[in-house]
Amino acid sequence: MSAQTTAGGVPERKVPPNSIRGAAMRGVVARPGREAVEVKGWLRAHKWLLLRRVSQLGILALFLVGPWLGWWIVKGNLASSLTLGVLPLTDPFLIAQQLAAGQWPYQEALLGGGIVLAFYLLFGGRLFCSWVCPVNIVTDAAAWLRRRLGLKGGKAPSANTRYWLLGFVLVIAAVTGSLAWEWVNPVSMFHRGLIFGFGLAWGIVGGIFFYDLLIAPRGWCGHLCPQGAFYALLGRKSLVKVSADRRSACNDCMDCFAVCPEPQVIRPALKGVGQDHPLILDADCTTCGRCVDVCGKDVFRITTRFNRSES
Amino acid sequence: MTMNDKVQPTGRAAASAPSTRRRFLKDAAGVAGGAGLLALGAGMYAKQASALPATAIRPPGALPEDDFLAACVRCGLCVRDCPYNTLKLAELGDNVATGTPYFEARGIPCEMCEDIPCVVACPTGALDRSLTDIGKAKMGLAVLIDQENCLNFLGLRCDVCYRVCPVIDKAITLERMHNPRSDRHAMLLPTVHSEYCTGCGKCEKACVLPGESAIKVLPIKLAQGSKAEHYLRGWEEKEAAGQSLIGDQVELPVRGLEDKAYGDTRVKPGEGPQVPAQVPDYAPAQPSGGGLDSGWKP
Repeated sequence: MSAQTTAGGVPERKVPPNSIRGAAMRGVVARPGREAVEVKGWLRAHKWLLLRRVSQLGILALFLVGPWLGWWIVKGNLASSLTLGVLPLTDPFLIAQQLAAGQWPYQEALLGGGIVLAFYLLFGGRLFCSWVCPVNIVTDAAAWLRRRLGLKGGKAPSANTRYWLLGFVLVIAAVTGSLAWEWVNPVSMFHRGLIFGFGLAWGIVGGIFFYDLLIAPRGWCGHLCPQGAFYALLGRKSLVKVSADRRSACNDCMDCFAVCPEPQVIRPALKGVGQDHPLILDADCTTCGRCVDVCGKDVFRITTRFNRSES
Repeated sequence: MTMNDKVQPTGRAAASAPSTRRRFLKDAAGVAGGAGLLALGAGMYAKQASALPATAIRPPGALPEDDFLAACVRCGLCVRDCPYNTLKLAELGDNVATGTPYFEARGIPCEMCEDIPCVVACPTGALDRSLTDIGKAKMGLAVLIDQENCLNFLGLRCDVCYRVCPVIDKAITLERMHNPRSDRHAMLLPTVHSEYCTGCGKCEKACVLPGESAIKVLPIKLAQGSKAEHYLRGWEEKEAAGQSLIGDQVELPVRGLEDKAYGDTRVKPGEGPQVPAQVPDYAPAQPSGGGLDSGWKP
């Protein structure tokens, strides 16, 4: 199914029947990415998704082989860890809270926080969300189920809520003199729970799943999570970006919008709204690469922020 | 009207632009309000849930609880480096701030490692590295809390808490007391001295009572009263000054014991002050005149 061209040279924009638009026209539940699977094969149509799952589960496995098998590669959890007994890594979001609460951490935590900070500043803040954070698997599952069940609508708070929440998290830390957010933070709680034991934390993770599924589409990661907001701020000038460099081939099937966790970031690049280059520079983009996967026309690819070329 | 002519243009200009601005402000206020409420809820929950149960003991070197909750990022590195699986991270529902490390002495007590690996592992300073001598740790304070069921208080020789104490004869001593019940035995009462007790909890773990222990490690705040700073202890003042501040005590002779050392009141039958055989006109003093008679009888 290559792009058919009419005699006049204008690509015929045939909408695939199972895409969001095609299905809407036929009145059935859409299967975004179906065309990509047919064109590229299942594996290539899930390449970035699989890579992300390998990354997320691999990182989790590094933490788990210690307590499970006694192979101590990484100790601790995402809040702060020690790899092979030498490399400290600390979540800068926690250091920010700790500083707000009035405690100055030891050098290891500062060094570890600096390494993590530098990595995400350089490569992309919300890489954390889509490539590391375990909650992403939960919210992706909710979003998938939502699509499969054809659940529409719902009421999500403004996507800016997370930035306000981030501000208030730091204020509350300063006011209470404690890491107040960490009492309820589902992100750290989920990861810690997987490694050290859950208690009732399953409830919070389940809460996020059902909130995303039944109440707010992409509600947690896309609208509320202050940790994601923190990493988004880090990624404003980072290197790795998605580009819609073959946007001329787009057949408006809308599948990328359907699978994108932050759909508002696509339009400027794909449709040239408010910008002329095809790069998705919005810091909310998690660089998950799912748009690359589901596009049957190979419109998107992952590249650097300096590559503004179009083909 | 000149007034209206001047006012109206600005009013019109303001009417179109602010409609978007007003909507933005309204939206922002709603969003900020929602986020603020969420954060406030989290903050209040955190404050409310920061009370520590009395049996949850923090690792050695832990900062005072308020500072600890600001410094601990809940990474569990102390837990990982504890060789005896003493420490654990609180799970949601454990009544301890979620994700913070603690131990329960009756479960697994602290073995007081000399190199204190948990403190070394802490990257954030929640466990203070200025603690290098585990003997100086103050995780809590042991208290012999149930004197009714403690076997030594019943006059038996259990002594287990004393025997297992890593700071034996300093942190716990056995104080010999007369056993008034049998009137011919001693009771050896385990006695904790806060100066040396590290709060490791080995005594609580070892207590032979089934179920709850008679000796328990409690947070120091619960176990110890505040010092009465206003009360000068005469014996300490005397030692500091090298002599009594009020001069030596006047030693008054005790009638009938004049030939004995001062303070020695032991007498054999027939020795010492004797009740006079006959005091003919003896009568206790009576309140004289119009004094109030309290009715007190010797």
